[in-house]
Amino acid sequence: MKIVIINYGAGNIQSIKFAIQRLGFEAVLSNNAEEIKAADKVIFPGVGEASSAMKMLKSTGLDKVIPTLKQPVLGICLGMQLMCNYCEEGNTQGLRIFDVDVVKFDNSLKVPQIGWNQIENLKSEVFKGINEKEYMYLVHSFYVPLNNEAIATTEYGIKYASALQKNNFYGTQFHPEKSSIAGEQILKNFLEL
Amino acid sequence: MLTKRIIPCLDIKNGRTVKGVNFVDLRDAGDPVELAEIYANEGADELVFLDITATEQKRKTLVDLVMHVAEKVNIPFTVGGGISSVEDVEILLNSGADKVSINSSAVKNPKLINELAAKFGSQCIVVAIDAKQIDGEWMVHLVGGKVPTAIKLFDWAKEVEQRGAGEILFTSMDHDGTKNGFANKALATLSKLVNIPIIASGGAGNMQHFVDTFIDGKADAALAASVFHFKEIEIVDLKNELKRNGISVRIPF
Repeated sequence: MKIVIINYGAGNIQSIKFAIQRLGFEAVLSNNAEEIKAADKVIFPGVGEASSAMKMLKSTGLDKVIPTLKQPVLGICLGMQLMCNYCEEGNTQGLRIFDVDVVKFDNSLKVPQIGWNQIENLKSEVFKGINEKEYMYLVHSFYVPLNNEAIATTEYGIKYASALQKNNFYGTQFHPEKSSIAGEQILKNFLEL
Repeated sequence: MLTKRIIPCLDIKNGRTVKGVNFVDLRDAGDPVELAEIYANEGADELVFLDITATEQKRKTLVDLVMHVAEKVNIPFTVGGGISSVEDVEILLNSGADKVSINSSAVKNPKLINELAAKFGSQCIVVAIDAKQIDGEWMVHLVGGKVPTAIKLFDWAKEVEQRGAGEILFTSMDHDGTKNGFANKALATLSKLVNIPIIASGGAGNMQHFVDTFIDGKADAALAASVFHFKEIEIVDLKNELKRNGISVRIPF
């Protein structure tokens, strides 16, 4: 199986690569469109600020490639946010895969949300073997409101979508690669789709 | 519900843990990677590695360590100690660190916080602040609390938030090493003053101290070293005790 982690300069790429290794798979880092298209599984990471990450993505031309992919694609954290229509952060136009806008947490909360929070209303095969209310590690200031493509929800002040799915595209706001054994199980489920 | 975090801190010198650790089940008591794995398996929520190496080899050994930790450990970790430039941070994050913690370099060059937040995002920038009370006023100190500055803790905390810090790691030098509890009054003031998470550090001696710092100190996370290294407190027991006190914690197993 060929696993590609999209390497466009914005991401905790080593952590994801190592997590995949711990599961007994190998992943390659790439920003090459042909290599990405030919992969069995694609992981689209991202940390940092939305508009600068999108700028880096555009400079590789991959913003045009990602929405056309046919194999399972997993966006993590900012990766997932960039797959949405629009991000409030840096007034950023997204890849329009998920039909929802990303907005900022209310200022009555501590922002960023940092730490372990629960996921529930799990609705996807990527959550096979995962209990409702399992803990995942999250670090983010912007969130995806509840919508039809939500496959998990989390509560921080409000209830929001902490994972999304549309056809072959998956997204998690949390970091499965940093969420202990349960997170690794979700990654494994994705790789075995 | 977002849970309160328990964070063991490992002091590192030349790639090895320095504070004596008392783990009978460790094959190599000085191996930070093995210790980190044990803490992760026991339910620690995050780890902090504080590098106190002063040699020229510092950067290379630290980067090697970060790589090894990232390879083995499936929870987030922060690296701190002598980080003073965008390049320092870049190489650590690229090696697999989730966050970096800056301290003296931020005091000497506050703009560094802005630069790091802009380049890497606030979420991975922890500003560590060491402070102690002088004539009843909390003052920022450098070099592990040895060198006083003219900066007031609460002014500085507000400033680092405005400059883009994602978290504040506050160590009370008045409490550090005393095992008499955290600086909960100052912590509660900090928590009210800024809108970013606060990590309490300095003073952990027993489980009640953690309960107090989450309830009275309004801390979002609590960091400690020796109580964990010497097994005076088991993380599993601590989590259960916090839960019994109505504090939201992650009990993984």
